[in-house]
Amino acid sequence: MAQSTTLKNIADFFKEIGELSYFAGRFFKEIFKPPFEFKEFLRQCYQMGNRSLVLVLVTGFIIGLVVTLQSRPTMVQFGAVSWMPRMVGISIVRELGPVITALVCAGRIASGIGAEIGSMRVTEQIDAMEVSGTNPFKYLVVTRILATTFMLPILVILGDAVGLYGSALVEYFKGDVSFQLYFNKVFDSLEFGDLIPATIKTFFFGYVIGLVGCFKGYYCKKGTAGVGLAANTAVVFTSMLLFVVDFIAVFISDIFFEL
Amino acid sequence: MTTQAIDIPNDTKTDDHRKVIIDIRNVYKSFGDNQVLNGFSLKLYQGENLVVMGKSGSGKSVMIQCLVGLMQPDSGYISVMGKEIKTLDRETLDILRSDIGFLFQGSALYDSMTVRENLEFPLRRHKEKLGNVTDTTPLVMEALESVGLAHTLDLMPEELSGGMKRRVALARTLILRPKIILYDDPTSGLDPITSKEIIELMRSIQKKYGTSALIITHDVDCARVISERMILLVDGVNYAEGSYQELMQSTDPRVEAFFKK
Repeated sequence: MAQSTTLKNIADFFKEIGELSYFAGRFFKEIFKPPFEFKEFLRQCYQMGNRSLVLVLVTGFIIGLVVTLQSRPTMVQFGAVSWMPRMVGISIVRELGPVITALVCAGRIASGIGAEIGSMRVTEQIDAMEVSGTNPFKYLVVTRILATTFMLPILVILGDAVGLYGSALVEYFKGDVSFQLYFNKVFDSLEFGDLIPATIKTFFFGYVIGLVGCFKGYYCKKGTAGVGLAANTAVVFTSMLLFVVDFIAVFISDIFFEL
Repeated sequence: MTTQAIDIPNDTKTDDHRKVIIDIRNVYKSFGDNQVLNGFSLKLYQGENLVVMGKSGSGKSVMIQCLVGLMQPDSGYISVMGKEIKTLDRETLDILRSDIGFLFQGSALYDSMTVRENLEFPLRRHKEKLGNVTDTTPLVMEALESVGLAHTLDLMPEELSGGMKRRVALARTLILRPKIILYDDPTSGLDPITSKEIIELMRSIQKKYGTSALIITHDVDCARVISERMILLVDGVNYAEGSYQELMQSTDPRVEAFFKK
């Protein structure tokens, strides 16, 4: 009995992966076909950027503060406190900034998309679009996935900047390091191989957030419980997938840039 | 399960020389083990008001969704205005859909858009049908005036009552000047007075625009007022067919069950 349940769960998981892959394929098929919903795309960019900006800035700032405060005593102990800007800069730009911003956006955006599209499915608004001759996949899904794909890198850059500022603030008060010196050290330590792969992977993070949110909402089961489940599973599935994408991105970056 | 159609006297059968605009023949649809449509057939003639009645879960909504291509039947033939639905590509189906208005059970207004935006939405793809109009305001106003809600233009759906939402949804179906209107339980969830208003509205719209209507309902009063012909859907097949009076006088227990108060 337990074995059959486990097998069923495994089968369901792979079925879901298959459906998600088909959904992703449909996105690439629809994206190049006119008509293009440019106005809706811009509206979604504004909505997603605007709704997540404060959250990303606050989170980024706190991460910068906390990482510096936590690392400082150890760095002092080893006489390596002058390396602090380099260490924090590389940590935030390469990994902490992109991953934490993506996780925050997974909670904020993916759940929002899942709930919004899910409730549209439940209340037959998607069917109404379909019968009015508008392709709901293009109008609702393609625009949202594109918006998350293009907005996440911008949010990550802003989150990184505020995170570094938070770190600089700690160094200013605790280590008497001026802001100019701190940021000079940060930018001296950052190389092409730190910035480019970290930025490229944020496009994929954004794509995953939009894709899973839309997928869960679009195939939401009927009823209000279905909407809740769509929002919830969108966050869980996105978060898990973000780590998988991050691992692949780091693995590939290591091959090309020798991290 | 076997079903038996009741006999309808020959002199009351629908006049077959009229143009058939919806033709459904032997449609089957199941969900897992649940056989919802079991060889259902119907013909809707031009200018006619046809009511399909059935209990909840009898497959009425599934049938109407198959009709507009929202769902694919397992087998059977469905054509609208001479075009078989399953053979149409997306573009042709969208053009055909512009001739079909669909009033959803829960109104299905886009809740992130104002009433005006809701009405303008179908025009995005089908402006050419109305002569490539640049200013859509007169069209929106005309549709809203038809349902007596011109003052709601800039309101959001959440600011409307249930009856008003249904009327705005009706205005949205009218904006593309459809030839057929499909009503999915148009009076469900409404109080008797509002239901009566909606039914009157449906009649006046048919008179004004000369549309044909396929009405899915379980509301006997709605069927009595609006139907020219009725089909009772039982166990996925058309169990009985005739005018309201004929069916009401039937002695078949399953037909009688529909009309018991």
